[in-house]
Amino acid sequence: MSALLAVVVDGVIYASWLFMIAVGLTLIYGVMKILNIAHGSLYALGAYGAASLAGYWLSQGYAPFGSYAALLAAAALVGLIIGPLIERGLLRFMYGRDEIILLLVTYAVFLILEDAIKLIWGVDPYIISEPYGLLGIVEFANLVYPTYSFMLIVVSLAVGVLLAWVLHRTRHGKLLAAVIHDREVSQAMGVNVRRYYLATFTAGAILAALGGALTAPTVSVVPGMGVEVIVLAFAVVVIGGLGSLPGAALGALIVGLLRAAAVHYAPALELFSIYLVMALVLAFRPQGLFAGEQVRTI
Amino acid sequence: MKKDRTPSLLLAALVALLILGLVLPEWRFLGTLAIGKGLTVLGLLLLLRTGLVSFGQGLYYCLGAYAAGTLGQFWGTTDALLLLVVAGLAAGLAAAILGILLAAYRGIFFSMLSLALSMILYGLLVKSAALGSTDGFNLPAPTLFGLPLVSHDSRYPLFVLACVLGVAAALAMHYYFRTPLGRLSPAIRDNEIRVEYLGASVRAAVHVKYVIAGILAGVGGALTGMTVGHIDPEMAYWTTSGEFVFVAILSGTGSVAAPFLGSFIFELVRTFAYEYSPNSWQLALGTAMLLIIVFLPAGLWSLVQRRRA
Repeated sequence: MSALLAVVVDGVIYASWLFMIAVGLTLIYGVMKILNIAHGSLYALGAYGAASLAGYWLSQGYAPFGSYAALLAAAALVGLIIGPLIERGLLRFMYGRDEIILLLVTYAVFLILEDAIKLIWGVDPYIISEPYGLLGIVEFANLVYPTYSFMLIVVSLAVGVLLAWVLHRTRHGKLLAAVIHDREVSQAMGVNVRRYYLATFTAGAILAALGGALTAPTVSVVPGMGVEVIVLAFAVVVIGGLGSLPGAALGALIVGLLRAAAVHYAPALELFSIYLVMALVLAFRPQGLFAGEQVRTI
Repeated sequence: MKKDRTPSLLLAALVALLILGLVLPEWRFLGTLAIGKGLTVLGLLLLLRTGLVSFGQGLYYCLGAYAAGTLGQFWGTTDALLLLVVAGLAAGLAAAILGILLAAYRGIFFSMLSLALSMILYGLLVKSAALGSTDGFNLPAPTLFGLPLVSHDSRYPLFVLACVLGVAAALAMHYYFRTPLGRLSPAIRDNEIRVEYLGASVRAAVHVKYVIAGILAGVGGALTGMTVGHIDPEMAYWTTSGEFVFVAILSGTGSVAAPFLGSFIFELVRTFAYEYSPNSWQLALGTAMLLIIVFLPAGLWSLVQRRRA
């Protein structure tokens, strides 16, 4: 019983992390039809930014609880700088071209950012574990978890709810749906499509960076940490359906629980099980589990 | 009709390569390596001409290398030809099976599914302790009909084998593009529905092309494994496949010789870049890729063609 509970709790924690790294990817794809390979680099940038900023905060002897604000600030900073830089500086010249060309362009951006990170931060690992330990631990049913992991679930839920609210309940969300549905007609109706693309890409970048920033305290921040995240995020997004918000949540939950089960019962299958599910879903339902015939996909 | 000069040019290139390899012994390793990867990129060229981008050729590249590796390591087979044939067969068989699935996909779904499949192999290999897990294992030095191909003072025989193999594959691909099935490639890329109306099965054609690309990648992987003398699961990781895509974009799809030229340039630049600035090498790659996509969409080969025209 306790083992099963552990699988579920581990799975949900992992799923909330997966949701955080995948939701930005699905947002950008849903609106702009760009499968952003550079997403993993933005995640890594967020982690590095958080390690630097929170590290600086703590080294100055400020209140340790402020380091959480530093993590969030780092994510916002990275997203607000790098997101518009990529969208305005590069992607906007490529709109209207093949999805596959855009895939290659973001792959090139990924290569550039990977090395840019090494040039800025060097190749030595950064460790910023204070925010992780600060909240203490939670004990129940013979299981011990750091409270930070549960905070991750809360943040992830908040991100999901906020996004759903913006997309479905606000004027901007409705206009965005129009842009997704028909770019040209919405432009003709006076919607500033350029601004929506910029905002979407920036939001996606901030979400990627947020995923990285909140992960930074739990791992050592090293070069190449984004490389694996990209394929994981792809797997999650593809399972749920590219460009679908509930799909990303469902995909994250499936992958999270599956990995937790694999870790507990069959460690040898851990890595490969995720991609197997992705391949199976693509094989039988290429549009993903969640993307049906709906008009609006996000 | 214009005379087809490609075969004679390829044969001339073979002779030139063999002479160059003889007088420049320090370039043999790089040349062999470039041909091993060039074979994989040649398969990618076939897919690109069909309008498909596979982000998972590393799957067959790695599979071929591991097929040859296990045969060499655990059964003591060192005959290069046998190993290459087995590698090609293993990769081809895998591609034939997975192709049933993949032939129905286009665009980014094709890319992503092929990526997922190669990551499955990576995940399997990383966890299989018998095959050395993440470290991989070493390959015994290959022989041909009992004669050593690689010895401590000479890599020339292996280089010759690679050159012959590379030119043969390029020639075969060249003639393949003149067969009806080969000519379907650009047609499928341009308009699938019309191809179906003409009575051809797009799915079957894509499947065949995928298998050919798989075989080439398998042979290429085995050749690379023999050259380096070591193989590891990294060969199936998606960044390896990304590298192949990069080289294919760099070379362009203009000629069957382009993948080898592109692959050679790539390996050359990498060797120097690793030595002088290991931390900004990918940065240069990414920039080059962007420049090519924007200014030279047909790849480096279009420079060669433009001069000739």
